[in-house]
Amino acid sequence: MPKTPAGTLYRGREGQWSWVAHRITGVVIFFFLLVHVLDTSLVRVSPEAYDAVIAAYKNPLMGLGELGLVGAIVFHAYNGLRVIAVDFWKKGPRYHRQMLWGVVGLWALTMLAFSIRHLSVVFGGH
Amino acid sequence: MAVPTVESPRSGRVSPGYSRTRSSRGNFEMGAWLFMRLSGVVLVVMIFVHLWTSLVAGDGISQVDFGFVAGKWASPIWQVWDLAMLWLAMLHGTNGVRTIINDYAEKNSTRMWLKGVLYTATVVIILLGTLVIFTFDPCPVIDGVAHVASYCPTA
Repeated sequence: MPKTPAGTLYRGREGQWSWVAHRITGVVIFFFLLVHVLDTSLVRVSPEAYDAVIAAYKNPLMGLGELGLVGAIVFHAYNGLRVIAVDFWKKGPRYHRQMLWGVVGLWALTMLAFSIRHLSVVFGGH
Repeated sequence: MAVPTVESPRSGRVSPGYSRTRSSRGNFEMGAWLFMRLSGVVLVVMIFVHLWTSLVAGDGISQVDFGFVAGKWASPIWQVWDLAMLWLAMLHGTNGVRTIINDYAEKNSTRMWLKGVLYTATVVIILLGTLVIFTFDPCPVIDGVAHVASYCPTA
């Protein structure tokens, strides 16, 4: 039996996991974007049709969904800037791992602040 | 005697006989790669402002309704903002999904079909969104009934 080569390019570390997360969040955001253009298009049907569908975005379950969506967007945004830094900054490839922890930390801070704001609107009378 | 040097494959100075790919595709993939980075930077700013104005500022998501949209699109700045965001986000997302299809769909026919569906959806959504922004009417009259709002003229 041939053994798995010891030195392959991808070994499932930070670089590859961030790449996987970037893909998944990207696809999620893309499908939401399709739906979001469709729901916004209801303003051309009637004000009532638009308000009825937007009301669905305001129930608690959808509120949690929005939290997930914003989480995906914020990660994709910060990690995308990291990818740009890796590609264009001379020292980017050397510090890509440290930058990923920066991305994760900033993401956690942003999401903490956003969760407090958004959940108090969705669950409280704001 | 000078030592013959072999150029790096990506230097663009490889003699045509040794090129691994036909040059017919031109620099499309490089353009797509660059577009992802340029549009990405712009989208981070545009979408963060978009999320701020609709989910954080004011009353958050509870303020969003027809009147909120009408108020925003009364300003040409927000019209242009949303139009640019629509086009950039759709093209950025379409190119991302195109890359994913190319990576995972192994059969030529599967790739072709998936990309056909993708490009159709992209064209439809971009045209629809663009039309909606340009033809938006804050005070529509539907079946002879005028929309009632503080910013609409009373009949």
